[in-house]
Amino acid sequence: MFLEDTIAAIATPPGEGGIGIVRLSGPEAVQIAEKIFKPRKATFPLKSHRLHLGWVQGPQEGEIIDEVLLTVMRAPRTFTREDVVEINCHGGIVPLRRVLEATISLGARLAEPGEFTRRAFLKGRLDLAQAEGLLQVIRAKTGEGLQAALGQLEGTLSRRVREIRQEILLLLARLEAAIDFPEEEDVDEVTGRQVKAQGAGILEKVRALAEGARRGKIYRDGVETVIIGRPNVGKSSLLNALLREERAIVTEVAGTTRDQLEEYVNLAGIPLKIVDTAGIRKTRNRVEIIGVERARNLAQRGDLVIFILNAAEGIAREDREIASILQGKQVVVLLNKIDLGENIPEAEVRRLLPGAEAPIIRASLINQQGLEELELAISQLVFQGQVEGSRADFLASLRQIQALERASASLLDMLAGPLEDPDLLSIDLKAAYAALGEITGETVEDDLLDKIFAEFCIGK
Amino acid sequence: MGSYDVIVIGGGHAGCEGALAAARMGCRTLMVTLSLETIALMPCNPAVGGPAKGHLVREVDALGGEMARNIDATCLQVRMLNTTKGPAVHALRAQADKRRYEERMRRVLEDTRNLDLRQGVVESLLTEGGRVTGVLLATGTVFAAPAVVLTTGTYLRGKIILGDLQYDGAPGGQVAPQGLSRSLKDLGLDLMRFKTGTPARVDGRTLDFSRMMEQPGDGEPLSFSFRNMPARELPDQMSCWLTHTNERTHRVIQENLHRSPLFTGQIEGTGPRYCPSIEDKVVRFADKAGHQVFLEPEGRHTLEYYVQGMSTSLPEDVQLAMLQTVEGMEKVRIIRPGYAIEYDCIEPTQLDRTLEVRGLPGLFTAGQVNGTSGYEEAAAQGILAGINAAQKARGRDMLVLDRSQAYLGVLVDDLVTKGTSEPYRMLTSRAEYRLLLRQDNADLRLTPSGYRVGLVEEKQYQAFLRKRDQVEGEIRRLGQVRVNPTPEVQEVLTRLGLGELSGPVTLERLLKRPEMDYAALKKLSGDIPPLDREVERQVEIQVKYAGYIDKQKAQVEKFLRMEKRSIPEDIDYEGVPGLRKEAREKLKKHRPRSLGQAGRISGVSPADLSILLLYLEQRSRAGRGSGP
Ligand SMILES: Nc1nc2c(ncn2[C@@H]2O[C@H](COP(=O)(O)OP(=O)(O)OP(=O)(O)O)[C@@H](O)[C@H]2O)c(=O)[nH]1
Ligand SMILES: [Mg+2]
Repeated sequence: MFLEDTIAAIATPPGEGGIGIVRLSGPEAVQIAEKIFKPRKATFPLKSHRLHLGWVQGPQEGEIIDEVLLTVMRAPRTFTREDVVEINCHGGIVPLRRVLEATISLGARLAEPGEFTRRAFLKGRLDLAQAEGLLQVIRAKTGEGLQAALGQLEGTLSRRVREIRQEILLLLARLEAAIDFPEEEDVDEVTGRQVKAQGAGILEKVRALAEGARRGKIYRDGVETVIIGRPNVGKSSLLNALLREERAIVTEVAGTTRDQLEEYVNLAGIPLKIVDTAGIRKTRNRVEIIGVERARNLAQRGDLVIFILNAAEGIAREDREIASILQGKQVVVLLNKIDLGENIPEAEVRRLLPGAEAPIIRASLINQQGLEELELAISQLVFQGQVEGSRADFLASLRQIQALERASASLLDMLAGPLEDPDLLSIDLKAAYAALGEITGETVEDDLLDKIFAEFCIGK
Repeated sequence: MGSYDVIVIGGGHAGCEGALAAARMGCRTLMVTLSLETIALMPCNPAVGGPAKGHLVREVDALGGEMARNIDATCLQVRMLNTTKGPAVHALRAQADKRRYEERMRRVLEDTRNLDLRQGVVESLLTEGGRVTGVLLATGTVFAAPAVVLTTGTYLRGKIILGDLQYDGAPGGQVAPQGLSRSLKDLGLDLMRFKTGTPARVDGRTLDFSRMMEQPGDGEPLSFSFRNMPARELPDQMSCWLTHTNERTHRVIQENLHRSPLFTGQIEGTGPRYCPSIEDKVVRFADKAGHQVFLEPEGRHTLEYYVQGMSTSLPEDVQLAMLQTVEGMEKVRIIRPGYAIEYDCIEPTQLDRTLEVRGLPGLFTAGQVNGTSGYEEAAAQGILAGINAAQKARGRDMLVLDRSQAYLGVLVDDLVTKGTSEPYRMLTSRAEYRLLLRQDNADLRLTPSGYRVGLVEEKQYQAFLRKRDQVEGEIRRLGQVRVNPTPEVQEVLTRLGLGELSGPVTLERLLKRPEMDYAALKKLSGDIPPLDREVERQVEIQVKYAGYIDKQKAQVEKFLRMEKRSIPEDIDYEGVPGLRKEAREKLKKHRPRSLGQAGRISGVSPADLSILLLYLEQRSRAGRGSGP
């Protein structure tokens, strides 16, 4: 039965120095762990909430998979409120997988993405916003993203949403009291104008929250940054420079990169998902054609495009073609190889990309020159000219962002509603209130009446 | 000693509607009441209707009930409230001539076929094999019936409190029955103790109306009953009068608080927040310089006036002293002092949405005994309980109304799902889909249901169908007919102070313009068929508010999805893994019939709800999988 079975998964993202945790949760977690674990000193039953050093054994007699630190946490003082076992492995990805397989061969089920958190939520351990915040922690790609996720765990988003809801509630209470108690002097008639004025202020707050939430989303998923340019202009060189490692193959042969490469880079706390692409040119090579097609698509889809030109060679016909597919995209222009000469004046770049206010950066990647300027330009773009050091202080899931957007839409509808009919305005206000409630998981409301009776002296 | 299809205990507003409904549906019906002199008694304010309450009256009428017709025939004054707000919250209220209201209702009961009246005290309910079979009177008489409707109002173990005076008693100076409460407890029902209060009645000759503000009736008084439309004559409406308490009044109260049973702890029952006593108001809102006082006539042939806004249980000498501080009441003489009353009522979460007691087939309860307040709330429950008792007796499907269909649906769902910790009053803010539940369309919403169960008469139904067809036909026509921007049309528009047309438009579009109304529309298109004012009004509302109406309909659809996910009656909450203890207890107690209902129970969190959802999903999948 759901919730009754034991789930297992690798809890740390792969590829982080080989240290990883296999986590088990469910009624059989401890039993399974004790079957595969050979403690160095400890005896069974293992003490709860302690670290135990030992080895995980393989299916063959005497086979050791890895040396591990194992923690048993018995319900209910655990994250999922079920029995939980965590096995810290450090032998790299292979033993990690084998430990997981061992637990599964003993009856654990491979957890679905986010299932631990879902269990915690279902058992009432987390509210909806906290649960989603936790999923962000797991996925957050950079240090600051992690801060933001932790901020939400502490309820930043929930708290702000609650504050806004309180404000809506008060406004609703005034509206509703005037309808239900039309002859009470204590209850002032609320005019449509007043409702709208206050509603506009609330809308601003919801929008600011949605804006922040969207920025938070960038922290989680990374800004998809596509490097594009003719063959041999230095695209792969840029990827390597940003990564500070030789990730992509760099050669003097045009058309070296045939397929795209993706890597995450932490740039001033912003995760960039950098995509290196095949150089764009006319070609007959089938593999290359496909790569070029992909590059075009990627450029269309990316959040940000870094367009590299060869500063020494001037603007080529292919550059004009590339420029034509970048219409409406956020672009940073990198004039590379300035060590070989500078034959592209800025004005020409502007003419090439009319309308776009793309930052233009002069660089010589081979000399590590221009990288700082590039990083600065990108982070400024991401924060859209906001104060330096501004950061998302909470994260939101797509669902939460959508709820915020629905709340904004209802408030907008309210502002467009008829002035002379406050009753109709309350329909949209209530919808906004409900949408915001979905973020914190509170939808059932008796608060309105409580509010009315607390605020007004009512009673004929 | 006689057997019936349906027995109704009580002759208040719930009892009257319940008995009339059952009898009119063709069931042999008996009404047993403490006193035939107090049928349809109005022991509190002399008014019917107002926001949400007026909606209930219209709904009772649409189902085939009597309250609307009764107040239409016996009112002293009519006002439409909230006319500055949208049509959903327009609310009709009438001042009643109490005596005539009671007399007419008794006449109607007596003239109804299949209905017997009987004065008597019901001592206990009779059951057999866990089913209700009849009632035992204090005199030893037994009446048998497969369905019994309990509508005993505030009478059960009623206790009247006035200063330090306390005695067993009930409104109208009657004796409070003691036995029935015990009988209910013995049958396993949980009872609560509620409190309510009423102000003094005073001698109209001792009031100086010249120092008060007159509150006259409407120039064009409307009717409650759809059967009395369009507007009728209502000559010589009587006015109400508005005055205020002042600092001296409040001082008298403050100085005598130690004599108020509310503050000395003699009253344990929970009183209503929306109808606090004057001593409550003075204490809780101490910074207010004055509170409103309305003087309302109790009838055309009596001197009595009702002092609305000054409900109290202070001793009589304090009542007099405080009343005499109020402007225009300096010489006032009390005819009946105000008092508080405590009474037993049923914890309503024990009921189904049919108003049948869960686990006690055949017993229905309605009105204040279910923890509500107000004549209108009582009447609305009464008609539903009466309908369902009759359906039960005849072995037919019972009627359930949900929150998207009627205020009555909201009322019943609130009661049986959430329960109530104070006498429950209907308020428009309790209804999520207010724009759909207007008072003007109660017939469109409910008359088909009333007809289906056999309560709405053929004549009323035919009239309803005619109206509905006319409304639909006219809306269709407005969508088809175009007006062109001819000079004549532009001239009419300008004359009406409206903007000119820039091109041809349908009448429907034109009517949607905020400054446009149906009357103006008629001037623009000569060949509009003659329609009732009610039909015109309906067309106007439906066209003008179509956008919002659609929006609410979409919300209703979403709501119904959760309502339709039913929870099997035999569910064992102990067997649902992962539920929090509080939620488990609440669910076991309330036994919701749907996930939607479960979600409205306080103490059941969204997390619990998703656990329940997953569990039900699992269960139904397992059920499907177990085939061959
Ligand atoms: N002189 C000079 N050479 C550079 C600079 N940047 C890159 N190069 C050289 O240019 C050549 C091509 O660089 P890549 O990074 O492979 O270029 P690319 O755009 O990825 O090329 P394709 O993958 O073939 O499309 C290499 O030999 C680099 O060393 C620079 O700033 N100055
Ligand atoms: Mg390359």
